[in-house]
Amino acid sequence: MEAQSQPAVAMEARGVSKIFRGPEGDFHALDSVSVSIAEGEFFTLLGPSGCGKTTLLRMIAGFEHPSAGQLLLHGEDISDLPPYRRQVNTVFQSYALFPHLSVAENIAFGLRMLGRPNAEVDQTVDRMLKLVKMEPMRNRLTSQISGGQQQRVALARALAPAPKVLLLDEPLSALDLKLRKEMQIELKRLQHETGITFIFVTHDQEEALTMSDRIAVMRDGHVLQIGAPREIYDQPANRFVASFIGETNFLSATSEGIVDGGIRIRIGDTVSVETDLPDGVDPKGDLTVVVRPEHIVLRERGAPDTLSATLTNAVYFGTDTHYHLELASGQHPIARRQNAAGAPERVEIGAAIGVAFAPSAARLLRD
Amino acid sequence: MAEPSSTRRRSGRPFSVRHLPGFTLVAAACFVMLYAPIVTLVTYSFNGGESIALWEGFSLRWYVSAWANEAVQEATVRSLVVAVLASGIATALATMAALGTTRTGPFPGRMVIYALINQPLMVPEIVTAVALLIFFAMIKIATGYTGLAYLVLAHAAFCVPFAYLPIRARLEGMDLSYETAAADLYATPWRTFRYVTLPLMTPGIVAGAMLAFVISLDDVVITEFVKSAGQDTLPTYMLGQLRRMVTPEVNAISTALLALTVLLLTVFFALTRKRG
Ligand SMILES: Nc1ncnc2c1ncn2[C@@H]1O[C@H](COP(=O)(O)OP(=O)(O)OP(=O)(O)O)[C@@H](O)[C@H]1O
Ligand SMILES: [Mg+2]
Repeated sequence: MEAQSQPAVAMEARGVSKIFRGPEGDFHALDSVSVSIAEGEFFTLLGPSGCGKTTLLRMIAGFEHPSAGQLLLHGEDISDLPPYRRQVNTVFQSYALFPHLSVAENIAFGLRMLGRPNAEVDQTVDRMLKLVKMEPMRNRLTSQISGGQQQRVALARALAPAPKVLLLDEPLSALDLKLRKEMQIELKRLQHETGITFIFVTHDQEEALTMSDRIAVMRDGHVLQIGAPREIYDQPANRFVASFIGETNFLSATSEGIVDGGIRIRIGDTVSVETDLPDGVDPKGDLTVVVRPEHIVLRERGAPDTLSATLTNAVYFGTDTHYHLELASGQHPIARRQNAAGAPERVEIGAAIGVAFAPSAARLLRD
Repeated sequence: MAEPSSTRRRSGRPFSVRHLPGFTLVAAACFVMLYAPIVTLVTYSFNGGESIALWEGFSLRWYVSAWANEAVQEATVRSLVVAVLASGIATALATMAALGTTRTGPFPGRMVIYALINQPLMVPEIVTAVALLIFFAMIKIATGYTGLAYLVLAHAAFCVPFAYLPIRARLEGMDLSYETAAADLYATPWRTFRYVTLPLMTPGIVAGAMLAFVISLDDVVITEFVKSAGQDTLPTYMLGQLRRMVTPEVNAISTALLALTVLLLTVFFALTRKRG
């Protein structure tokens, strides 16, 4: 990308750390995190519970002070500003809608605190109510609307002051699956229509993959990888990312020697592939390759470049079927195959088969 | 568990004290003992005769005579003035105390602060009364002022914990996330308090004020010690009357007080009940 075409940076964290001091000692909730989020981007923080997602969000909003590092909003250092002086709004996991105010008054709150004239407030509230399709409920108390509707009001309330960045801390986790899917689409639409930068927190990898422009995968206060969903899925930076995003098979391998631009490795007795040798992998040590289930194909036993395997189970999932395999090495990979129209093909449980995958599907990863 | 045979015999029946022999009887007796005197008091306030023990037909004469009695009128007004001012002061102090103990980070000595605020609940009333008597006597000598302010301040002092408890309970039940959300939506700390904390804690404040009002209205011990001559409140006036001659007029006043108290406490419970 050329420098000119690059969109402006909305939010940047430079070496941000957070240390919670407690009686049992210091706890490093975030360790030198650096991310740069472009204007208008849908950026997701993804990671297991306790990895520091909320802490990072709270620091951007101003509820925690970074122990080290800088936070820049549109290039301006906001680390020392109180929350009410930051042009950043949050959609809280618990929504935190004001119970003493109506839906419309909740949405108007931020604009009123900013001292906007009444006419502008009314106009914006109307526009927001329309945006989240809550016009008929404008005068209800927030205790008189459903969970999904509260979610919409929380979104409208946070969007109404047109923040430079919108922070969303697992906003969908309280909703049931169907509503959740609807709101995922709704969120994408809102982001598209408003053009506001979204920083979205989730520990649901599927949600992250389907919604984000880019994802930062976090673990134990570190950012492990930042990239587009495809990049993260196809080229995970390490084994944790590979196993956290999507389903993954880990197969052990041995080195057959360094070759031009990579390494030749042997998997089982029969398969030998050439692949990249990433930094941090010791070619003389134990090697592990990662193969996604959808990249494994079932063949005849003994076909060239296949591993011998036994089918131990087949689980039907509607759109596809998962085949549980046992290799001669004792490992248990899973293969996934889309179900075709027409009569289902039968593979007998216990059948001796062959397992193959394209050489490019096998990736060597660091721990 | 110790007696498997008995547990087996009673299996299928959840534990309930109702199955203890005589429990229902004792409970009923307690209610009779609690309410029989009050029922008698209220009944005889409507007695047509002079006696507080002999029924001579229904009449409102004692209400009329109490209403017309200038001493009763004066004491009533004084009681109400003291109760309004004292509960007002106590509620203001209690509100600040409740904010100071729930809307701050944890600080050392918090438990000591709780104990100090609730001290009037623990210290025997007679001790507070004597202490105030002596303390105010010193001020009276120094300043020469003998007005109603002593009574108001004394009542305010012992009403603080009664106002404090419901307000603190309300604040503790109020999630901090509302205040966090307000700050996120550009509200300065003062505006957060003004537009979020205060409206949300108002039911607690009203409940606390009512409790303080009721407590002040019926105080005898401290009032008796602190009041100057001619500063009778309704309860101390009634006590003085009873020493001389008992007429159903006292019943009438008591019944009126009871009615007011029941009304205020009903509102109190309505306000402190958890909102659904
Ligand atoms: N105020 C605090 N004092 C001490 N430790 C804290 C504090 N807040 C968070 N932590 C710790 O910091 C770590 C990161 O917490 P954080 O809430 O950011 O996790 P998270 O990634 O949002 O997890 P989840 O998915 O469960 O919400 C956790 O181990 C947590 O225990
Ligand atoms: Mg969290």
